[in-house]
Amino acid sequence: MSKKVLVLSEVREGTLRNVSFEAIASAKTIADGGEVVGVLIGDAVETLSAELIQYGADRIVTVEHPHLKQYTSDGFSQAFVAVADAEKPDAIVFGHTALGKDLSPKIASKLQSGLISDVTAIEGEGDDALFIRPIYSGKAFEKVKVKDGLVFITIRPNNIAPLEKDESRSGEVSSISVDITNLRTVIKEVVRKTTDGVDLSEAKVVVSGGRGVKSAEGFAPLQELAKVLGGAVGASRGACDADYCDYSLQIGQTGKVVTPDLYIACGISGAIQHLAGMSNSKIIVAINKDPEANIFKVADYGIVGDLFEVVPMLIEEFKSVAVK
Amino acid sequence: MNIYVLVKRTFDTEEKIVLNGGVIQEDGAEFIINPYDEYAIEEAIQIRDAQGGEVTVVTIGGEDAEKQLRTALAMGADKAVLINAEEDVEDLDQFSVAYILAEYLKDKEADLIIAGNVAIDGGSGQVGPRVAELLDINYVTTITDLDIDGDTVKLVRDVEGDSEVIESSLPLLVTAQQGLNEPRYPSLPGIMKAKKKPLEELELDDLDIDEDDVEAKTETVEIFLPAQKEAGRVLQGELQDQVKELVQLLHSEAKVI
Repeated sequence: MSKKVLVLSEVREGTLRNVSFEAIASAKTIADGGEVVGVLIGDAVETLSAELIQYGADRIVTVEHPHLKQYTSDGFSQAFVAVADAEKPDAIVFGHTALGKDLSPKIASKLQSGLISDVTAIEGEGDDALFIRPIYSGKAFEKVKVKDGLVFITIRPNNIAPLEKDESRSGEVSSISVDITNLRTVIKEVVRKTTDGVDLSEAKVVVSGGRGVKSAEGFAPLQELAKVLGGAVGASRGACDADYCDYSLQIGQTGKVVTPDLYIACGISGAIQHLAGMSNSKIIVAINKDPEANIFKVADYGIVGDLFEVVPMLIEEFKSVAVK
Repeated sequence: MNIYVLVKRTFDTEEKIVLNGGVIQEDGAEFIINPYDEYAIEEAIQIRDAQGGEVTVVTIGGEDAEKQLRTALAMGADKAVLINAEEDVEDLDQFSVAYILAEYLKDKEADLIIAGNVAIDGGSGQVGPRVAELLDINYVTTITDLDIDGDTVKLVRDVEGDSEVIESSLPLLVTAQQGLNEPRYPSLPGIMKAKKKPLEELELDDLDIDEDDVEAKTETVEIFLPAQKEAGRVLQGELQDQVKELVQLLHSEAKVI
């Protein structure tokens, strides 16, 4: 049976996040010929509608309000639930991002529904859809189905391919007016720490450092390499525990789980708790002085050597290739 | 300050996952308090020590979870509650777990509820916000700092590496992110004292919960292990040549750059 699917689109600094297009592609699979409705929430977001339609949404509903300029769970849940009440969807897709993780359980609870979080693949279509998600931080996977009622999932960024952009597509854009009240959270300030706005969980390239980086300053060449490749910097627990970097960079079973196209592990031994956070990356490169390091067991390519020698050479080589 | 901490017993992070007949094998595995819940326990103890009050740790699980509750008591929590649903229901999902916890908490007049932001086994991160919604109280997830002054709560929230400085008020549910604090190890006197601290065991009947109320909305139909990654190629030769070869391989063979 074809389904109506609502997709929450996510906007950061005025542009749509990639995961929103991936969510539309996921929604198409669930819709099985039904309608995919993009939902845009913010203070001025309507102009982004066209791009969502080009990526496969059939129709857009916007909710605009000054109180929705910044995300709060109270504000966004009031807006999204108003859309859900009006549209009565069979399924809902969010990105498994900071926003999606914070908001989706609240809405699932309001709608008294199940919620399958952090989906990395969908098997089958429509009513037969099975959702694959990592458990134990990727040491195992489970296939989950919805027993009854609303299908509600969040998808992990970088795993489900978006549809091809089609600029000839068009669709209806409508708005719902919602009175956003009683916000119990006030955001006083946002302190940006992320390097160049490339988010670790969405980055196509991650350059990661371990104890072998030896100091906070030791991360400088890694940051430069990440910059050259348009990627983000991560770290092992060892490096975080040793205070070389912030815990927000930690990759592993405690910390973030990442699945970039390219993961470059520098001076990381490859403890099982770290491997859980990165071993599902598409291509893994290991740079380590110790040829016996565990990390080489999961690496596609390895270089045995001092990262402080290898990384600067890599930076130069990538730069010269880019010039060519 | 009346503080409740939601905890879960999980596999040790160093454990490998082994499947036996499609089920994760638990025999011989080491179990721990979910690491994010340890931050929650530590934070609760620090707040109680500074402002007075009581810390109650709550878990849903079987008899085995008593060990983790005793550890929490040894760290310094005052009371523990084990809600044993195993006899009544076979499969619980996040919907069910949140429902049970909220039914337990609804008349407890908690000022503050702290949970880990995610459990390292299931990894859904749903239960905290779901419980808050069911109790109709506010929540803030993935916090790295918490400061309570009267009814006003100042928090710092980790948002994909950035930090939001937030103001809210009690009652409140928060979920702990790494960096919130440094959880203590139980001391020997702590362990001795923990043996005498109250540990209450409840069943669904005690909470007036009907099996139908907590029927899971989702169902796991299969568990599988990821394809074993084969060890790749360790490059040889002069370092400079290895670097050139690597960039070449990433470009032409792996096609990732």
